[in-house]
Amino acid sequence: MNNRVIRVDQLARVEGEGSLIVKMSEGKVADVKLRIFEPPRFFEAFLRGRKFTEAPDITARICGICPVAYQMSSVLAMEDAMGLTVDDQIRQLRRLLYCGEWIESHVLHMYMLHAPDFLGYEDALQLAKDKPELVARALKMKKIGNDVMNIVGGREIHPVNVRVGGFYRVPRKEELEPLVERLKWGLDQAIDTAKLVSTFDFPDFETEYEFVSLRHPEEYPLMGGRIVTSSGLDISIREYEFHFEERHVPHSNALHGLERGHGRYSVGPLARFNLNFDRLSPLARQVAGDVKIGPVVKNPFKSIIVRAIETVYAYEEALRIIHAYEPPVTPSHAVTVSAGIGCGASEAPRGMLYHRYRVTDDGLIRDAKIVPPTAQNQPTIEEDVRLFVTKYGGLPREELTWKCEQAVRNYDPCISCATHFVRLEIT
Amino acid sequence: MNGEAGHNLLIGVGNEFRNDDALGILVAREIRRRNIPGVTVVERSGEGTALMDTWAGAELVILVDSIFSGKAPGLIHRLDAARDKIPRGFFHYSSHDFGVAEAVGMARELNLLPGRVIIYGIEGKEFGEGIGLSDQVVKNIPQLIAMIEEDLHAFHAA
Repeated sequence: MNNRVIRVDQLARVEGEGSLIVKMSEGKVADVKLRIFEPPRFFEAFLRGRKFTEAPDITARICGICPVAYQMSSVLAMEDAMGLTVDDQIRQLRRLLYCGEWIESHVLHMYMLHAPDFLGYEDALQLAKDKPELVARALKMKKIGNDVMNIVGGREIHPVNVRVGGFYRVPRKEELEPLVERLKWGLDQAIDTAKLVSTFDFPDFETEYEFVSLRHPEEYPLMGGRIVTSSGLDISIREYEFHFEERHVPHSNALHGLERGHGRYSVGPLARFNLNFDRLSPLARQVAGDVKIGPVVKNPFKSIIVRAIETVYAYEEALRIIHAYEPPVTPSHAVTVSAGIGCGASEAPRGMLYHRYRVTDDGLIRDAKIVPPTAQNQPTIEEDVRLFVTKYGGLPREELTWKCEQAVRNYDPCISCATHFVRLEIT
Repeated sequence: MNGEAGHNLLIGVGNEFRNDDALGILVAREIRRRNIPGVTVVERSGEGTALMDTWAGAELVILVDSIFSGKAPGLIHRLDAARDKIPRGFFHYSSHDFGVAEAVGMARELNLLPGRVIIYGIEGKEFGEGIGLSDQVVKNIPQLIAMIEEDLHAFHAA
């Protein structure tokens, strides 16, 4: 049992998937590799020569789960390049759209992908057989997120209503009203969810992280603001590339995100929560207190609780925005095309997403850079697995393999971590 | 978008920027162009819970997606959800593992599966980033569309 290899293999048929390989030698962890193919690289090339107005709709296609994140980071970057600041009503509507995506993505991850791990089910299907009411609730909660995206974004997957400068069409107040009662229901369910997931059995596992997230003067971060880290860095989004870099590693097609002079870092719910606990709503903070989580969480397995708290926040924030909503005078600001470089960042459900574009004076994209959260988290995921296996290497192989997968899933990575093709090899 | 009760739905699943994975989307667009009465056509990424929302209330669902099970590219598989087990891992969903097979399985558990669900899986060859289908896949599209139309007519006649 001293030398063994833990492999979590993928269907190798489609690029865009990942696998996890842990090699143990003499009872110690010799190597951990998370192999990923990261699609956005293609989109960077694909964007060259396209009109600046096309970036939100093209980049939305990168991900079926977080298209709003791609749209928002791209419009923010384009508006930065053209020197445009949208008015607050448009910004609030964008936040509402983003809340829809957080609800949808977090509920999917908590109930369909992560909870089965903790409850001892192979997957959500087994969970549905045993606890159909739980899954039915999750579907209903998630649907509210879909409907927010539908009304504000034009459709629930790959919204089509977002443009540089604002929206193509903004909803009337009465179009948003029917969401209110459902969002209130969703908020109650999210609070219950936080209570439920906080009772799960979590491995005793904590480690030190360099957390990185956006930070806004008043709000819990969704879009814009500054980039802050737990070691005290506080920079504008435009300075991102001075402090963070991507490195190619042979075992992965995804570039590894690293902080210069610091190394690996962590983005996502834990980072946002730890760096912005004071920006959560009083209710979200109260729920966190009730379930005894925070203000600082260093156990990545507890990210499911943090997702629940963020889901509470997202429902509540959506309600707040709808309550205060007055349609903007104009759905979109006129954009004066000018050559320039623009940077934008927003908080995708799984972490900060950075875009940078260079646009020519005829409005064509000269080059693009997209740094997705999973690429940034990749070195941290590998380190978590290494530390976990170091601590728990004596667990029976099946349990250890499962826990390793779970350690990857803590980050809700945007790769297909197929749970059903697991093989533990003893070499 | 949710279906109205009792309607017939064609769902094209895929990603148009991933070569043969675009097949479901392109077939959906072709069926839409043919404007077959009584059929609602939608395009989806393949995320399972969104599929369950999409087919809620539908009477007949025909779902088209590209697959990779190692057989000859272009090969058409036709599965009836009421009769056939949907092989997991048959259908690809790029980044999360709650996809077509899981959605059918879960809908079955929760009694949310429409009365008739027919799934077409077409073996693809290239799933990397890019636009355009493999020749073997393109060659079999007319046959696939004929089969879909036949299903729709048979269902109406019944």
